[in-house]
Amino acid sequence: MEKILEVRDLHVTFHTYAGEVQAVRGVNFEVGKGEAIGIVGESGCGKSVTAQSILKLLPQPPVQYKQGSILFNGQDLLKKSEKEMEKVRGKEISMIFQDPMTSLNPTMTVGKQIAEGLTKHHKMSAAAAHKRAVELLEMVGIPQPERRVNQYPHEFSGGMRQRAMIAIALACQPQLLIADEPTTALDVTIQAQILELMKELQKKLGTSIILITHDLGVVADMCERVIVMYAGKVVESGTVDEIFYNPQHPYTKGLLRSVPRLDQNRNEPLTPIYGTPPDLLKPPAGCGYAARCESAMRVCQLYDPKLDMVRSNHQSACWLHHPLAQGKTGS
Amino acid sequence: MGTQTQETLIEVRNLKKFFKVGGQTLKAVNDISFTINRGETLGVVGESGCGKSTAGRTILRLYEPTAGEVIFEGKNISKLQGSELKAMRRNMQMIFQDPYASLNPRMTVGDIIGEALDIHGLATGQERKERIQELLSLVSLNPGHIDRFPHEFSGGQRQRIGIARALAVEPKFIVCDEPISALDVSVQAQVVNLLEQLQEKMGLTYMFIAHDLSMVKYISDRVAVMYLGKMVELAESEKLYEKPLHPYTQALLSAIPIPDPEVERKRERIVLQGDVPSPMNPPSGCHFRTRCPKAMPECAAMEPVWKEVEPGHFTACHLYN
Ligand SMILES: Nc1ncnc2c1ncn2[C@@H]1O[C@H](COP(=O)(O)OP(=O)(O)OP(=O)(O)O)[C@@H](O)[C@H]1O
Ligand SMILES: Nc1ncnc2c1ncn2[C@@H]1O[C@H](COP(=O)(O)OP(=O)(O)OP(=O)(O)O)[C@@H](O)[C@H]1O
Ligand SMILES: [Mg+2]
Ligand SMILES: [Mg+2]
Repeated sequence: MEKILEVRDLHVTFHTYAGEVQAVRGVNFEVGKGEAIGIVGESGCGKSVTAQSILKLLPQPPVQYKQGSILFNGQDLLKKSEKEMEKVRGKEISMIFQDPMTSLNPTMTVGKQIAEGLTKHHKMSAAAAHKRAVELLEMVGIPQPERRVNQYPHEFSGGMRQRAMIAIALACQPQLLIADEPTTALDVTIQAQILELMKELQKKLGTSIILITHDLGVVADMCERVIVMYAGKVVESGTVDEIFYNPQHPYTKGLLRSVPRLDQNRNEPLTPIYGTPPDLLKPPAGCGYAARCESAMRVCQLYDPKLDMVRSNHQSACWLHHPLAQGKTGS
Repeated sequence: MGTQTQETLIEVRNLKKFFKVGGQTLKAVNDISFTINRGETLGVVGESGCGKSTAGRTILRLYEPTAGEVIFEGKNISKLQGSELKAMRRNMQMIFQDPYASLNPRMTVGDIIGEALDIHGLATGQERKERIQELLSLVSLNPGHIDRFPHEFSGGQRQRIGIARALAVEPKFIVCDEPISALDVSVQAQVVNLLEQLQEKMGLTYMFIAHDLSMVKYISDRVAVMYLGKMVELAESEKLYEKPLHPYTQALLSAIPIPDPEVERKRERIVLQGDVPSPMNPPSGCHFRTRCPKAMPECAAMEPVWKEVEPGHFTACHLYN
C-alpha cells in the first residue's frame, strides 16, 4: 500500500518546573493511502501528543521535538516552517477533537467557520464558500442546513457540534483526517451516527484516518490496523485481526482481557491490570510495562525491547519474543 | 450469578422528579415503577440526560420526589423526616462517577471514611481507626495508607476509597452512579470485580448506572432502559440482550461497538436519525416516536403503558398492545 504518513523514531518532551516529561519516546508507525488506523492505550500514554505533533499544534516551548521525522507524502513536517505548516493544516491534514467547543469559535457562525478554509486555501468567493458550507452540513447529516449554517455553535447539540467540526475538517478534502476521541463525549446512538459518517467519507473520498480512542469496540468497528501505545512508545501494532485474535504483547493481552466479552458469564471474573503506568519524568530504563507485567524477566527491567516483526502484518516489542525466552511465555 | 433472592428490597411506585428551570418544568424522571430484589444488581442504561442519576438520587431521598413512593423493606420512606430519615439513610449509599471530584482533596483517606462513621456515631477513638483500616483492607487498599491524601492515589484506588466510604455505614443498598466511567479500561475491571466480591460477601443490593452496555450486561441480573425520563424496558439481562422488545433498546444495543472485528464486520446496525429531543419539551405520546423506525400514528396520540409483556419482561411500547 502506498504510504501517506510515516512517523519515524519520534521523541517529544515537555519542559516543566519538575523537569523534562518524556511524553513520546521513539514512536514509529505509518498510515497507508485510504487506510484507517486506530491508536489505543491508557490515559497519558502519548496518543494526543503524537497526534498533535503531526500538525505541530503544540507550543514550542514547552514542547520540544527532540528527534525523529514525520514524513507526509515524503516530506518531513518537522522541518517545515510555521508558515508552511499553515498550508498543511486544514487543507491536507485536518484534526477533530474530543470536545468540539474547544476548537469551534463561539463568536462565529458555523457556516463562516466552514467557509474560512475554502476562501483561504482554495481562493473561493464568499458566496461559493457559503454554498459549499451548506452542502457540507447536509453531507454530515445536519437537518435544515440552510438555516443551521447561520447559527452559532452554542445553538447546536453535542452531536451536531461534532458533525459541524467534521464538516470544517473535511471542507478542503484533506488527505489525512486525525480524530482524537471524536465520540468519547457522545452517546452511543450518536456515536454510531458519527462513526458511520466517517466510514462513508473514507470510502467516498479516500481519506486516510488516524482514530485515537480508548474504546476497543470502536477500533474493531472502524480500523484496518491498530497501534497500541504504552508509556510514550508503540508496544504492538498489526491488523485488527492480528491484534484482537493473536495479541502478542502482555499489555495488549491485558487490555483485551479487562473488557467483558458479550458472552462472558458473571462467574468468570474480569482480569484487571494492577498498578499504574510509569512517571514519564523519570521513565524506566527497561520496558515501560515491566513493573505491571506478570511475565516480566530480569532483562525487562534493564533493557528496553525493540519493536520486532512477529508476523508480516504484526509487530510487538517484548523480550518474551526473544529466542532465548521461548517457553517462558507466561500467560 | 450474584446473590439475588426473590425477596423485594425496594419497590419504586410511580416515582416522579421534576425540576423548575427558567419558569419551565423539566420532567427528569416521569413516572417510573419497578422493584429491586435483595442481593440483586439492577443495571440502568440510557443516553445522557435521560434521568438515570436523578432516579438514583430520588430513590435515596437526596432529591425530594415530586410524586410517587419508595418502599424499602416494606416501609414507605418517601415521607420520612428528621431522625427517622437519618436512620434510613444508613441503609442506602451512593458511589459517584468522578473519583477525583467526589473526594475532598484536603482530607486524609482516614478522615474521608471516618466522616461517614462520625455522622452516624458508629465508632470513636481506637475502634474508629481499626474500623477504617478494616474498610481499607476490604477494598484492597493498604491500611497503612490511612493518613494519605486522595491525590496520592491512582484513579482506580480513589474509586476504591469512595467504595470504602459508602461501605463504612454498612448499607444494604448502594446506587453506583457510573462508578467506572472515568477510569481507564484496564482499571475498570478492578472496581467491577471488587463490587462483585463485596456483594457476595455482604449480600449487598446494587443499582448500577452506566453507559457501557457490555459492562452492564456482565454485572447485572436485570437491566432497565430509560429514555427521556421514562423507563421503556426492563428484563433479565440475558433476555434483554438476546431479545430486546422496545425499538429504542434494539437501536441502543445495535449501536454499541463490540471489541471483536469479526462480529463488527457482520453486524447490521440500526442507526437512529436525529438527536434526543429536549426534556423540557418532549414529543407527545411516546417520547421516542420522533426517532423510532417503527413509529405508528397512535404513537403520537397516546402514551404507551408500562406492562409486563412476558413473565418478568416489561416494556412501554404500542407495538405490544
Ligand atoms: N502541557 C503538558 N505539560 C507537561 N506534560 C504534559 C503536557 N501535556 C501532556 N503531558 C504529558 O505527556 C504525556 C502524554 O500525554 P497525552 O495527552 O498524549 O496522553 P493521551 O494518551 O492522549 O491520554 P488520554 O487518553 O488521557 O487523552 C502524559 O504523561 C502527560 O502527562
Ligand atoms: N438539579 C437539577 N436541576 C435542574 N435540572 C436537572 C437537575 N439535575 C438533572 N437535571 C436535568 O434532568 C435531566 C436528567 O438528568 P440526569 O442527570 O438524571 O441524567 P443522566 O441520565 O444521569 O445523564 P448522564 O448520563 O449524562 O449522567 C437532564 O435534562 C438534566 O439536565
Ligand atoms: Mg488524549
Ligand atoms: Mg448521570
